Amino acid sequence: MPRYLKPVIFLACLAPLGYLIWRGLHAQLGANPIEKITHSTGDCTLTFLLITLSLTPLRKLTRQYWLINLRRMLGLFAFFYGTLHLMTYVWLDKFFDFHEMLADIAKRKFITAGMTAFALMIPLALTSTKWSIRKLGGKRWQVLHRLIYFSAAAGVIHYIWLVKADLKKPLEYAFVLAVLMLCRITAWIGARTATVGKVSASQS
Amino acid sequence: MLIKKAEDIRSSEITPKSLYLNRRKFLAGAAIAGAAAATGFGLREIVSPSATVLAGNKIDGVKKSALSTTETVTPYKDVTNYNNYYEFSTEKDEPAKLAQKFRTRPWKVKIDGLVDKKQELDVDAILKMAPPEERIYRHRCVEGWSIVVPWVGFSLSELIKRVSPTSKAKFVEFTTLLDLAQMPGQQRNVLQWPYVEGLRMDEAMNPLALLCFGMYGEELPNQDGAPLRIIVPWKYGFKSAKAIVRIRFTDKQPLNSWNISAPMEYGFYSNVNPNVDHPRWSQAKERRLGEFSKRPTLMFNGYADQVASLYSGMDLKKNF
Repeated sequence: MPRYLKPVIFLACLAPLGYLIWRGLHAQLGANPIEKITHSTGDCTLTFLLITLSLTPLRKLTRQYWLINLRRMLGLFAFFYGTLHLMTYVWLDKFFDFHEMLADIAKRKFITAGMTAFALMIPLALTSTKWSIRKLGGKRWQVLHRLIYFSAAAGVIHYIWLVKADLKKPLEYAFVLAVLMLCRITAWIGARTATVGKVSASQS
Repeated sequence: MLIKKAEDIRSSEITPKSLYLNRRKFLAGAAIAGAAAATGFGLREIVSPSATVLAGNKIDGVKKSALSTTETVTPYKDVTNYNNYYEFSTEKDEPAKLAQKFRTRPWKVKIDGLVDKKQELDVDAILKMAPPEERIYRHRCVEGWSIVVPWVGFSLSELIKRVSPTSKAKFVEFTTLLDLAQMPGQQRNVLQWPYVEGLRMDEAMNPLALLCFGMYGEELPNQDGAPLRIIVPWKYGFKSAKAIVRIRFTDKQPLNSWNISAPMEYGFYSNVNPNVDHPRWSQAKERRLGEFSKRPTLMFNGYADQVASLYSGMDLKKNF
């Protein structure tokens, strides 16, 4: 991987936030800026989750194995935008009224799903360091980080459950997620039959 | 003698919209600058000058109404660029652009069902039925945002009286234009087209229910429901059907498009009610466009004095 690539991608990942701030400062966020901020940060969270999930299949497909070096950073950006998204809800929608928020989480399916998606990202962000991998052991760390599938699924469900009638955009995310999951399932099945084949071959 | 019809005017003879808009902007800007210089105020107008720049034709002889609120009117720019008008798009900032070429003349409105005289009325004949009034109403969307709009029109009852429904008529149904070529949103099945809405007869006859054809002293912009719509200020916005082509009187409660789409979420009545939540979100508060904090939503959107009696004895949790 070229040395300059990571900082360039880092800045590119900040671009959606920069653009949002720029539009805010130039009164370009429309009649309901808070709604626009909520929707933009939510879109960014799902997009970064799906980009992160696409790295492994992409890496195998293109044989560009260095792509793995970007995974942590992109995953942390998903968490970053997820935090901003949650903050718009906590601050700009509920104004830190925790009683109201708890009632919301219990009563409203789409909030429950969204909170689940965020909560599942927290352990991943906390154990994103090299030290954590060593401490947990590669195998256990890997198992833990499979939570990202559930986080992404909960995020997509959160979006599906909140729209009024037009499911087009949430279903686009759902489609991409389904394709990425299919890649993994075929890879797992492939790996399993390969090992089973090896084992039975060695037994005969 | 050959009298030129509107269609015969060559397009080269028509002043481009951008030009006359610029001229208006300049005039408005000059007026504001003058006023600001004279008073030392007017900073708000300078910060958002488009709030005062209008695009349509002025409606003459508009009377003020005692039914108007004194609350701050939402800027014109916001009311014309934030539209839930699924016939054009499900994105609120798109109808302003997609409805620009929408043809609002000639326009007929079919009056049928349980009426003495079924007829087709020209929209311009309807506009002359009663003197236009300015009604500044609160408008609350089911999504949880609200605006204050100076609508122009007259009570819907003025039209209903003139078409004389029979004594059997208990409800009135409104149908929006179906035109896939002009309304691109109708090419997608997000709702059942054409859009239909309905009111109980006593609701429709309430003086607050407005037959609307203008706002901010001018003809309705296309994205706000031109040429003719209803405004029912004590109900969620989707009850106020736009671009109406048919008014039908009936003895059965009509269906309404959002009720067909999600019957558990959108009822026939859909009165603004802070105590009855949408199944997926709270209706206790709302965000007035332009305000940072949320404000509490009022029962019947603050029109309880005028309309609460229509629902006495009804369980509003059941009849949501």
